[in-house]
Amino acid sequence: MAESSKTGPSGIAAVALGFLIPGGGHFLLKKNIRGVLVLVSVIVMFLIGIMMRGAFFQPQGGDLLNIIIYCGGFLAHVCSGAVYFITVALGYNQPDVAGHVHDYGSKFLVGAGLLNILAMVDAWEIATGQKD
Amino acid sequence: MPKMALSHFETAILFALLTSVVLGVVTKKTDRERIRYGLQTFGYFVVALFGLGWLMHFGHG
Repeated sequence: MAESSKTGPSGIAAVALGFLIPGGGHFLLKKNIRGVLVLVSVIVMFLIGIMMRGAFFQPQGGDLLNIIIYCGGFLAHVCSGAVYFITVALGYNQPDVAGHVHDYGSKFLVGAGLLNILAMVDAWEIATGQKD
Repeated sequence: MPKMALSHFETAILFALLTSVVLGVVTKKTDRERIRYGLQTFGYFVVALFGLGWLMHFGHG
């Protein structure tokens, strides 16, 4: 098992920066090409979701499936980082309406957050020496 | 912000492409492995896309 050789602020800083700016953790760790690929992929996916007028999930109660979908979706949105907060601050408020384009848009918005979570985990592994 | 209306196919291909790039970046340990895995993942997405498409086509009769 690969043991972390330098766990500490750099790992946390990489994850924190990666949370705010997709690929930011990779940039901090001097993995610029990977950082650019993550940044472009996450931002493009998020923007396509917005241009397809996808709806943002808000945490909701109800049955278990409802809680998982809405709370999970909301967490994924938050994990998109600064772009999500900027979009909300600018007043984007698309209602959840029927139609395949809106539906795909919502999935793209969730997908962007999930990809950023993967990138943050990768940044952590690089920072802690588990991966190059 | 302009509005975008893509078809099912275009949307699925775009999703596959962007997801494959990130999966390739974060999964493997060397650049060669990353490129190979990214292409492989994209290929699997496309195969699944066409496979499920035909399955639904025949399923609907």
